[in-house]
Amino acid sequence: MKTNLTARTVIIVATILVCVYGIIDFPTSLAQVKQNFQSNIRLGLDLRGGSHLILEVQVQDAVKADADQTMERMKEDLKKQNINWGTMDRTDPQDIKDADKVEIAVKGVTASEGSSFRALIADRYSTYILTQVNSTDYTMRIRPSELEALKVDTVKRAIDTIGNRIDQLGLAEKAVQQYGAAGANNEILVQLPGVDDPQRVQDLIGTAAVLEITDVKDGPFASRDAAIAQHGGVLPLGSKLVKMLPRGGAEGEQWYLVGKSPVITGREMRNARAGQDEYRKWETNFTLSQDGGKRFASYTERNIGNKLAVVLDDKIVSVATIQSKIEDSGRIMGLGSEEEAVDLSRYLRSGSLPAGVKYLEVRSIGPSLGADSIREGLQAGIAGLAAVIIVMLFYYKRSGVNAVLALILNTVVLLAAVSYFHAVLTLPGIAGVILTIGMAVDSNVLIFERIREELRTGKGVISAVDTGFNKAWWTIVDTHVTTIVSCAFLFLFGEGPVKGFAVTLVIGLGANMFTAVFVSKTIFDYELSGHRQLETLSI
Amino acid sequence: MELFKNTDYDFLGKKWPFIFASLVLSVAGLGSIALKGGLKYGIDFKGGALMTVKFASEPPLDKIRAAMSHSEIKGDVSVQNFTGATAQNEVEIGTELQEERQLNINRQAMESVLVNTFGQPGSGKLDFNNTSKEALADRLREPLARAGVPMAEQQLQKLTADLLDFANDRYSGLITDFGQLSSTPGVNPGIINTLRQECYLAPYHVIQTQMVGPKVGAELRTKAVLATLYALAGMLAYIAFRFEWIYGLGAVIACFHDTIITIGLFSLFNKEMSMTVIAALLTLVGYSMNDTIVIFDRIRENLKMNRREPLERVMNKAVNQTLSRTIMTSGLTFLTVIALFVWGGPVLHGFSFALVCGIIVGTYSSVFVASPIVLFWHNYADQRKRPSRPVLATAARTENVRKSPTRAVK
Repeated sequence: MKTNLTARTVIIVATILVCVYGIIDFPTSLAQVKQNFQSNIRLGLDLRGGSHLILEVQVQDAVKADADQTMERMKEDLKKQNINWGTMDRTDPQDIKDADKVEIAVKGVTASEGSSFRALIADRYSTYILTQVNSTDYTMRIRPSELEALKVDTVKRAIDTIGNRIDQLGLAEKAVQQYGAAGANNEILVQLPGVDDPQRVQDLIGTAAVLEITDVKDGPFASRDAAIAQHGGVLPLGSKLVKMLPRGGAEGEQWYLVGKSPVITGREMRNARAGQDEYRKWETNFTLSQDGGKRFASYTERNIGNKLAVVLDDKIVSVATIQSKIEDSGRIMGLGSEEEAVDLSRYLRSGSLPAGVKYLEVRSIGPSLGADSIREGLQAGIAGLAAVIIVMLFYYKRSGVNAVLALILNTVVLLAAVSYFHAVLTLPGIAGVILTIGMAVDSNVLIFERIREELRTGKGVISAVDTGFNKAWWTIVDTHVTTIVSCAFLFLFGEGPVKGFAVTLVIGLGANMFTAVFVSKTIFDYELSGHRQLETLSI
Repeated sequence: MELFKNTDYDFLGKKWPFIFASLVLSVAGLGSIALKGGLKYGIDFKGGALMTVKFASEPPLDKIRAAMSHSEIKGDVSVQNFTGATAQNEVEIGTELQEERQLNINRQAMESVLVNTFGQPGSGKLDFNNTSKEALADRLREPLARAGVPMAEQQLQKLTADLLDFANDRYSGLITDFGQLSSTPGVNPGIINTLRQECYLAPYHVIQTQMVGPKVGAELRTKAVLATLYALAGMLAYIAFRFEWIYGLGAVIACFHDTIITIGLFSLFNKEMSMTVIAALLTLVGYSMNDTIVIFDRIRENLKMNRREPLERVMNKAVNQTLSRTIMTSGLTFLTVIALFVWGGPVLHGFSFALVCGIIVGTYSSVFVASPIVLFWHNYADQRKRPSRPVLATAARTENVRKSPTRAVK
């Protein structure tokens, strides 16, 4: 009995120490206690303020871009092999659901060259399925397995890119992750504690951002009509008119005639940043992927002196002249100001999102709201808890102290678990804490009422305490296990807040089994251990 | 002190008025939901764009409405006074639309309308009441150096963070004079003067902005409902395993009953269902389940000792025996929840309302819904068997109960 009691006391003291360490580390001053507490017990966005965004990656953009590049390569290959074709085009579905409906149509392949055409496609473009429509026309669609891989890769790259850009904010904590269940999911969750300006974040992530670098065929023109008039009313084949994004100065509209298929797309843009050249003039340096670099090198070599346009979302942000062969890294020089260089580098970088994004959810909780909720919630919580403690002490007298100690210890264990598991305390999580406290109070009440009942039947104090605990034990197990079972389901099938609720509740209930039964019983035993013949119990 | 010693109330004998009351409440709630064409969902579930803005004085609702209708915002804009025990001069501005892109444009437009109407966008100054640490630091860096208060980058970052934290903690993020910041740690008159020169104070502060696409909203709703249903099924299975299936069914029906009545009350009082309310509903399900199991446990224990006694008597005894703990636990939990309801602030309002209703309903449903269901079933089962073999029928019941482990009695 005695050694048993010592062992149990050691366990309890050790637990308390481990928990307190988890919550406040080893503080050397009172200010440090507060500081460590705040860094260990992390609050969710809803309590401390921050931004929460869910974006949907428009994977159809990536599929279309893949089709565009395939078309470019095919045109070159067909030319090399002297196979003639009439037109080559692709469909342009806008909705994410239709990503698999991107289709390349090749029309007017002469029947005599049909077999060599089919052989070429089968040989070099195995990622596409070729369907013959009639003797001269064909359609091509990306293979389902390739499509899946492309989607997964697109979302992954989008996550990387967004993560990199958010790094520029220099935040200590951030979360950029795939959202929703695994599988066909194109959603990304971005959580930024402490950043309550979603516009800033959105600017950083870039909204739709489909970036292309294309060859400039003609321009600038003052208006669309002027451009069309210049070309005798018809635009040359394979070209389109694009407007220049207006810059600060009021120069009026500027239109350029650019190639329809880009030389480089955002997929190949790896990085870009503003810098100054040897004459302290502003420029933007950029790096391309290996593959893109090769193509860019061969293109720039052939087109020295020609112009290139940086096109973002069908608007030109910059036009530059090719001065030399550029491989995988180059620079755009002669920019007017630092601002222009920084903007351009941002445009180029934003272009490296493999597909546009659409915002499904944007929330920003100002820190003032968080501060208010915490203050008010805390005041209310403390008032409620104080009332509970007073009633417990009044109604169960000396034994009420046990209950209060168990309650406090329960909260300590709960907070320590939050700290050790790096969990985040959110509003629904606090709902879990409230239920935990309710059930902790209940466990104590159950035990005490049981002990009182046993005392009424005339049992001795020690035996009454023992029977009371034993009888209440299985009720406590039943209530706790039932709730834990329900939490398991909530955790498995629930989303976000529901999950947060389940996690804190399970931790709290686990802690309660320990504090309400084990700790409380030990305190009783400790008090009773010296007095074998105890007549009355303060309960 | 002991309040309920050896009571012997005939609870189950009075079950009818309570069952009737439950039915009336459920029907009233469901009727209200049906009449109003469904529940009033918050932005979490129906999608939309919503801004909560705090004003320095009585918010000029008409001016806000007029400004919002003159802009590029598509769809209807609702401007509501959002008052509560602790929320003063707060306004909710929202739109509902079915398309995410336009919603996001609306959200941005709403912000710029506010700036144009109430701010000083032409002044070239920064609005201190609606800015971020970084923007403030960028703004103050050079002027401070010029004003003869140069500081290291780290110091500057800390200063701007402290300034905003101070404004947030003391004044809910909305100050009306820069002098209010003078007791911020590390602030001197030079800094306040620089602030005056570089910043202005708009008479409002955006507390939060939210944009939830309808797709996400519908998904959240389905997932929350499904998770709750699975959780209830899980509890039913566990109770059926520990007791008897009818006990599990009774407990789950009681939980359903509590949830339906609480949701009905939400509809009757025209309150919004939000994600935090769902958390509260989960809490009350857990609470009600706990209450029911305590009583069931006692019934099981009593059945083991008094096999000959009619079930109704055994149940009554169990309820009476646990009455003291029921009153204590419910009372104490109720105290906490009432505190939350009164002082918990607007964010917790829906949450605590659900719990206040839930605890009342959850406590009585254990006695007057869960237990009668078990009683009805056993009476029905007994009656079916009694005509031929009355003695065995009673035995069959206790037999059933004995199936459950006898560990409760040591």
